Amino acid sequence: MGLLRRPLRTVFDASERILALTFPANWNPILNLGALGFFFYWIVTVSGIYIYIFFDTGVTQAFASVEYMTKGQWYAAGIMRSMHRYASDGLVAVMLLHVLREFSLDRYRGVRWFSWVTGIPVLLFIYIAGISGYWLVWDKLAQYVAIVSTEWLDHLPFFGQPIARNFLSPDTLESRFFTLMIFMHIAVPLIALIGLWLHLQRVTKPRINPPMGLAIGAGLSLLVLSAMLPARSQGAANLAQVPGSIGLDWFYLGAYPLLETLPGQVTWSTAMAFLIIMGGIPWLPPMKRQRPAVVDLANCNGCTRCRNDCPYNAISMQARSDHRPFEGEAVVDPSLCVACGICAGSCPTSTPFRRMSELTPGIDLPDHPIAAIRAEVDAEGARITGAARIMVFGCINTGIIVDSRAANVGVVSLNCTGQLPPSFIDYVISGSLADGVVIAGCSDNSCYNRFGLSWTKDRLAGLRDPHLRGRVPRERLTVVWMGRLGGTALRREIAMFAGRLAVLGPLKTKSHVGRAMDPVESANV
Amino acid sequence: MFSWVRYAGQALFYAIFAAAIGGFASWPAYHQVPENAAQIKLSFNHGGARLEDCHKLTSEELSKLPTNKRKPSNCSRERQPIVIQLMIDGTPLYEAILKPSGLSGDGQAQTYKKFIVPAGKHVILARLRDSRRTEGFDYESSLEADLAAWQNLAIDFKAEQGGFLFR
Repeated sequence: MGLLRRPLRTVFDASERILALTFPANWNPILNLGALGFFFYWIVTVSGIYIYIFFDTGVTQAFASVEYMTKGQWYAAGIMRSMHRYASDGLVAVMLLHVLREFSLDRYRGVRWFSWVTGIPVLLFIYIAGISGYWLVWDKLAQYVAIVSTEWLDHLPFFGQPIARNFLSPDTLESRFFTLMIFMHIAVPLIALIGLWLHLQRVTKPRINPPMGLAIGAGLSLLVLSAMLPARSQGAANLAQVPGSIGLDWFYLGAYPLLETLPGQVTWSTAMAFLIIMGGIPWLPPMKRQRPAVVDLANCNGCTRCRNDCPYNAISMQARSDHRPFEGEAVVDPSLCVACGICAGSCPTSTPFRRMSELTPGIDLPDHPIAAIRAEVDAEGARITGAARIMVFGCINTGIIVDSRAANVGVVSLNCTGQLPPSFIDYVISGSLADGVVIAGCSDNSCYNRFGLSWTKDRLAGLRDPHLRGRVPRERLTVVWMGRLGGTALRREIAMFAGRLAVLGPLKTKSHVGRAMDPVESANV
Repeated sequence: MFSWVRYAGQALFYAIFAAAIGGFASWPAYHQVPENAAQIKLSFNHGGARLEDCHKLTSEELSKLPTNKRKPSNCSRERQPIVIQLMIDGTPLYEAILKPSGLSGDGQAQTYKKFIVPAGKHVILARLRDSRRTEGFDYESSLEADLAAWQNLAIDFKAEQGGFLFR
């Protein structure tokens, strides 16, 4: 799977970087694929409600009513019809890209299996809804879609007599078929919506609306397309004729030529195998993940910061079980925890200044604890030398951090930048472990663990607990959001930062490594 | 604020996005059948004759049956398979023996077949056997058709309407 993921990820990372040249970070379309999918879904819904007013079910009435929309009322219902079609195409496009991107980022295994698996029926329902919509127009394309769909279904041994016989000749088709199809076309998207609700159950604050600027741009582009290239029918269906040449909507109907030409056993087996593989991919192979976060009740005062910062709803606050006088305690659901460490970064007890007692935060990762990070900081601080010593705290998901290590550059890897309590920056600077600190993470708005980057920014800016203390000289701190393809840029940024630090001169502080701190001081940092 | 270059870049992206959506929504065209070809579609549901005639039970046979199962005659459920033959210009296009559906073989036999043939004049002959005879056919219809390009000629079968129906 890794062989498939790596080139795909490179393509997505490169696309993201190219689009970042023109889009602000939070508008980047590559980073808003899911939200764009929702946006297109709503356009499809609103435009669908409007054109349903004019739609008539019946063998002849269906085509005539759609023609009226397109030609008789081109300025309103015609535009709405085009928006309906193009937004549904856009929905499929962003949905498929969303699937591929999550696959390329390896965000479908481990505890993320739930979002992946629940996304598969949504995909299917959206396809069924779209295909049934093409059927309703009852033009030549609809005739093709109806016949190929029913012939394909007839390969299954469930039906008493071939459904495709309904389309044998003009006098075999009944209007009630259209009533059934309009019911499907309305019911199936609603079922898809329920599927989407399920799909988002395990993520905190899901981004279901794109930023206003991106929504305006995407909506306008579809509107302009609808005005310039209105969706048109392809001539009334005529069962006495084969729709010999048709303009297929390749987003929805790309597989239809294969369904039509390959044997039913082959297409059904392939479809079933594809579905089974898609459903089983999260376990092919299973993710070797770190152990989930654990709560140390002796150090947890129930402050709720870890619960508020967890991107995956893995932490809940429950009644205190140790009878200490706090309102609650954090409880981790191991089946939801991805071991990003953001909770440890948010915990007020995760301070490296603690020397009197063992550094055990209220919540921590057993496989990458805060104490180990401090030990690594101390070791790197002792190793680096030179006029401008730099300590880099970097997210391992970028894969570029270790390359930055040099004689004057110490590197400390984190599961996510959100795992870093801001007090570590103070610890490095005030203890003269380095002359400056670099925080390097995923590219802007593209945090692998969803909120690590946002929370880090907010903590550094003093907008979110725990804050970076005011005494830390901000000129000795720099943050670099450039992701997996940003290795060169990161090294360049470090070199430039070293130049700035050299101008600032050495720190005038004393090392506190090994110095004991009293509990009050510890709690305040 | 962004510079006009950034706005132009975004406009270019949206233009490419719209072009891709609009383009692949109906292009490239797909040719289902060649331009000089027509289609013959043969489909019907039809039940063949019963495998055996009803057998009138003798009083001796009736007496051996439980009282709730006594009825004057015993009829088999199974049906004959349907033998179908479709010929075009004297050449067989489709020949098959269609089994009756159902676990007991008592349902209708079904078929749904499509054939692409060159457009133009053809003599189409359809034959069907649904009785217990072992040779020959019970129904036979022929049609001299001038099939236009992309014409769909449907051949149905309804015994109650006299046999084959060319539509």
